[in-house]
Amino acid sequence: MVETKYIDDVLTAKIYGEIDHHRAQSIRTKIDAQTQMHKPKELQLDFSNVSFMDSSGIGLIMGRYRQVSLLGGSLKVVNVPQGLKKIIMLSGIDSLGVLK
Amino acid sequence: MNVLNEVNINFLSKSSNEGFARSAVSAFVLCLDPTISELADIKTAVSEAVTNCIVHAYPDTHGTIYINIKITEQNKIIIKIRDKGVGIEDVKQAIQPLFTTSNDERAGLGFAVMQSFMDSIKVRSKTGVGTTVIMEKTIIRTGYDKR
Repeated sequence: MVETKYIDDVLTAKIYGEIDHHRAQSIRTKIDAQTQMHKPKELQLDFSNVSFMDSSGIGLIMGRYRQVSLLGGSLKVVNVPQGLKKIIMLSGIDSLGVLK
Repeated sequence: MNVLNEVNINFLSKSSNEGFARSAVSAFVLCLDPTISELADIKTAVSEAVTNCIVHAYPDTHGTIYINIKITEQNKIIIKIRDKGVGIEDVKQAIQPLFTTSNDERAGLGFAVMQSFMDSIKVRSKTGVGTTVIMEKTIIRTGYDKR
């Protein structure tokens, strides 16, 4: 599940529960629809309520990075729980400078 | 190899079963009293292997995914995940990080995650026959009840 809000050019998408290949599809559809609608300067993915993710979560982050960059905005990934840091570090996405 | 406990789980390659598969494996290995981090490693590796079966082994159909889990002496967990799908032509290439044949936003990290989160991984595959992934992990904390 994902909740979005758009305030002052920042679109925040708060993701709840587990991110796997199955769930990533509906999360992606919802975030992309909001991104296209608002064309935000910044898209924030809030991971504070994500309890599990596999590499589908990495694909989700990379895909949103590409999408928001194409629209001239930037991506931030915020509130990553300690338990998810291992896969995030393995993926190398911290080199994109999106982690906060 | 002295097998102390064993379970087999077969299910259809529907993406809605990804959560079921990792939860079932996780429930079975809980008797070894793993740490939260060890359990997360196992769940993540299983999720990657099962997703590969769903996305790659059975791309246009739903086939059966077979999981066999053994617990052996010294708190070792052996997880075998097998499909009868299309198979992998070049296993060496497929396990390279960032390699993906899918355009569906797959990161190409599935095998890298399995290698990194488990102690060992073996991949056997034959085109048109299927793929078997065998992963092992030893749980550091002891306390398995042999009954």
